[in-house]
Amino acid sequence: MIQLKINGTTHELDVDPNMPLLWAIRDVVGLTGTKYGCGLSLCGACTVHIDGQAERSCVTPVSAAQGKAITTIEGLDSKVARAVQSAWEKLDVVQCGYCQSGQIMSAVSMLARNPRPTDDDINTAMSGNICRCATYVRIRAAIKDAARALA
Amino acid sequence: MDKTHLVDRSRREFLKVSAAAGGGLLISLYLPGCERAEKAAAPGAPIVFEPNAFVRIGTDNTVTVIAKHLEMGQGTYTGLATLVAEELDAAWPQVQVEGAPADAGRYSNLFWGPVQGTGGSTAMGNSFEQMRNAGALARQMLVNAAAGKWEVPADAITVRDGIVRHDASKREAGFGELVELAAQQPVPETVFVKEPDEFRLIGTHVPRKDGKEKTNGTAIFTQDVKLPGLLTAVVAHPPRFGATVKSFDAARAGKVKGVVDVVAIPTGVAVLDKDFWSAKQGRDALSVEWDEAKAFKLGSEEIMGEYKRLAAKPGAVARKDGDAEQALVKAARTVEAAYEFPYLAHAAMEPMNCVVKLDAGGCEIWNGEQFQTPDQAAVAAAVGLKPEQVKINMLYAGGSFGRRANPQSDYVLEAASIAKAIQGKAPVKLVWTREDDMRAGYYRPLYYHRLKAGLDQAGNPVAWQHRVVGQSILRGTAFEQAMVKQGVDETSVEGASNMPYAIPNLTVDLHSPEMGVPVQWWRSVGSTHTAFVVETFIDELAAAAGKDPVAFRRALLKDHPRHRGVMELAAEKAGWGKPLSEGRGRGIAVHESFNTYVAQVAEVSVHQDRSFSVDRVVIAVDCGVAVNPDIIRAQMEGGMGFGLSAALTSAITLKDGRVEQSNFHDYTVLRLDQMPSVVEVHIVSSAEPPTGVGEPGVPPIAPAVANALYAATGQRFYQLPLQLKT
Ligand code: FES
Ligand code: FES
Repeated sequence: MIQLKINGTTHELDVDPNMPLLWAIRDVVGLTGTKYGCGLSLCGACTVHIDGQAERSCVTPVSAAQGKAITTIEGLDSKVARAVQSAWEKLDVVQCGYCQSGQIMSAVSMLARNPRPTDDDINTAMSGNICRCATYVRIRAAIKDAARALA
Repeated sequence: MDKTHLVDRSRREFLKVSAAAGGGLLISLYLPGCERAEKAAAPGAPIVFEPNAFVRIGTDNTVTVIAKHLEMGQGTYTGLATLVAEELDAAWPQVQVEGAPADAGRYSNLFWGPVQGTGGSTAMGNSFEQMRNAGALARQMLVNAAAGKWEVPADAITVRDGIVRHDASKREAGFGELVELAAQQPVPETVFVKEPDEFRLIGTHVPRKDGKEKTNGTAIFTQDVKLPGLLTAVVAHPPRFGATVKSFDAARAGKVKGVVDVVAIPTGVAVLDKDFWSAKQGRDALSVEWDEAKAFKLGSEEIMGEYKRLAAKPGAVARKDGDAEQALVKAARTVEAAYEFPYLAHAAMEPMNCVVKLDAGGCEIWNGEQFQTPDQAAVAAAVGLKPEQVKINMLYAGGSFGRRANPQSDYVLEAASIAKAIQGKAPVKLVWTREDDMRAGYYRPLYYHRLKAGLDQAGNPVAWQHRVVGQSILRGTAFEQAMVKQGVDETSVEGASNMPYAIPNLTVDLHSPEMGVPVQWWRSVGSTHTAFVVETFIDELAAAAGKDPVAFRRALLKDHPRHRGVMELAAEKAGWGKPLSEGRGRGIAVHESFNTYVAQVAEVSVHQDRSFSVDRVVIAVDCGVAVNPDIIRAQMEGGMGFGLSAALTSAITLKDGRVEQSNFHDYTVLRLDQMPSVVEVHIVSSAEPPTGVGEPGVPPIAPAVANALYAATGQRFYQLPLQLKT
C-alpha cells in the first residue's frame, strides 16, 4: 500500500511503487487536471507541487512522493495561485488548454519563491513547459500581471 | 481543406434580404431544428425554450449555445456564442456553450455540404449568418411572448443584456420568465438581424467561454473521460509503415499486474488494463513479430533524391499564364532556386486518444471530434452499424492542428476496433503515448520545390516557373474527387498556384509521387511550404533587381488590395526602412490562406556564435469583420509561434523506413524562451464577411525570418528548419 497526501487528503493506493505519480493521480485517484504530454520530463504538462516545489509527476515514482504534500491544479489555494489564475483568465491565456495546468503550476511555484521575476527568471522557470498553441506571449504577460497584483 | 472547391452556401440557404425597416436586415430563414419549438414537451421534462438546433434557454435564464464546431484552441466556442448572443441581446455571462452531437442533418459545415466537421479555418465563416439567425429567431420569439403576456405591440419591446423590456409600461422580464410562453410561439418566417453599427458584442472583447475551466483544471478532454468499467488500451504498432502483425506472444504482457486483455487488431496489438501505466507496461512486455513484406523502407534522403529526379520533368499543370519558357529565354537575367521541406508531425499537446463504448444498442464515442461525418461512417462500417447508430460526444481537444480530422479516421477506427475485438465487454479508452503519436505518420508531407524566374532590364519579373514535388494528401481519400483536378491536388499547390504577384508568364506544376508514408493536412496545409518558397524567392528577386522588398512587392500587388493593405500596415507598424544595428535584420512576408490576409515583419539578431533569435514580430491581418478581436490576436500570436517551430527546429526524418524521432527531445518545438519578446498584432478594419484565423497566422513567419536573416547576414535559405552557416 502506498499512502499519498494529495491536496490535503490522504489516499491509500494499491499500486506498484514504481508507478509514476502522474498515473496514480489521474487513473487511480481520479484527478484529471494534471495532464500527460510526454512521460519523459520534457513538456511540463504533468507538473504538480511536491512540498511546494514544481515537479514533473510523470517521472516521479509514487514511492518517492510518499509522506510529502502533493498539490495538483485542483488543490491550488494560495494567494499566489489565485493571482496567477485570475491573471490567466483576465488575459485569456488559454487556447486548447491542455498544457495550462502545468503552466500554472510552474508559474505559481516560481512566483511563490520569486515574487518579482525578471524576463530571464521567467524564461528559466517556464521553458520546461511546452505549449504547442504557443500561448507564450500571454503566459509571460500573465505572470507579470500576477506579480504586479501581488506586489 | 482548400477553399477553392468549397462552395459558400450560407447565403443561399439562409438569406433572402428584404428592405430594412426600423434598423436591421429582415431575413427569411430556414434553420434546422425549428420544428422542435412547436413540439409539445414531454410531461415532467424541464421547461426549456429550444427554438432551433443552436439555442436553448432555460427558466434559470441560462442561454446554452450548441456549438457545431470543435474547440481545439482556436476560440470557436467563444466565437459561435458571440454570434448568437449578439442577435439575442443576451448578457455574456448568462451564455454557456455545449458541443453539438454528430448529426450532419442539423450541424453540417455549410462550406462542406452535408458534412459535419471543423477545419480549413471555416468555423466562423460558415457560421456567421447561421448563428446570428439562430439568435435573432430566439430573440423574436421571446419578444413575441412578452408582447402577448403584456398585451403590447411587439415592436414597442426592446431587449438588452438579457432583459426584455416595455419602456412605456415599465415592465421587464428576464429570458427565463418568458421561456414557457416563448416555446408556444409560432416560429416566425422572417426576423431582423442587426446592421454592423448595432453590434454590441461583435468587435468587442468578450472573455473566452473556456477560460475558467482551462485555468482550474476542470475542462474535460478525451484523456479525462471516466466511465464505469473503462479500460485503457495501449497499442504496439509496427516499426515501419505498412507492416502488419505476423504473430505475438502475450505471455509476458499477461503477467503485468492488472492486464485484462491482449488483442490483435488491424493496426497492431492492443493491451488493456484499468490504468494507462499498467497497460503500457503490458504493451512494452509484448513480443510481436511483424510481417514487413509490404513495409515502406525508404529514408528521407532517398525520398528527397527521388523527388529531385522527378523535378527535372514537367508535372501536372496547376497554373499557366503566358509562356514562361519563352520569357525566360528572353529575360535579361534569371534566378534559380530549389527548396527542401521535411515531414512534420502535428504533435498536439494531447496525444491522440479516443473512447469507444460498444454495446447492443450501438456505439458511443467520446473524442476531441473534428470530423464527425467521416468518422461516423468509418466506425459504422467497421463495427457493422448504421452511421446514425454511432453517437459522438465532442469534447475539448488538446490541440489538433489538423490531426484530429483524419481522412482515414485512423485513431478513431483503432479505438473502435479494440472495442470490437473485446466484443464490447468494456468501454475502451485508446491512449497513444507521445512516441506512438509521433511515429504514427499522417505527417505534413516532405516537399521539394524548384523555381526559375526571369527579370527584364528594368528589374521587373517577367517569368516565373515553379515546380512542386510531394505526396498528395487527398489521393485515396473521400476528398479526392472533389479536390484533385487533372492530377493536381489543390492542397499541394495552394499558395503557389494562386500566388498574387503580377508576373505575365507564369507556370506552376506538380508531381505527386506515391510513398508509403501516411500524410495529412497540417495547420495551414499547402501554405506551410508554398508561402516560404514564394515569399523568400520574391525577396531574392527583389534583391536581384536591386529593389526594396516592400517596394518590389507593392508594385506587383496592384490588383490585390488586401495583400497590399496588410503588407503596408505591417511595414509601417514595424518601422520598415528604419536602420537596425549591426547583426540585426528585418524581413517581411505576406500571404493569403483561407481567404485571410496576413503580413508579418520579423526582426532577428544574429549572435557572436552564429545562433540567432527572433526578437520582434509585427503582424497585420485582414480577416473581414473582426468578430472577436482578442481571439484574432491570440490566433495570430499562436499561429506565428506554431509556424516558428517549423522554421527554427522541427523535422521528422526517416531512416530505412523508420521514423527517427520519438518525443520532444528529438522532435523539438518552440519553447517560451524562443518566443519573440515582442509580438504585435494589428487588425485591418473591414466590412467583408469574416474569414478564419486558426491557420493563416502560420505561413508568413518562416519566410519573414529567413528574409530577416538575409538582411542581417546576406545568406539565403532553401530549407526548413533554418540553419545559419557558421
Ligand atoms: S508529461 Fe511529464 S513532463 Fe511531459
Ligand atoms: S494552450 Fe494548447 S498546448 Fe498550451
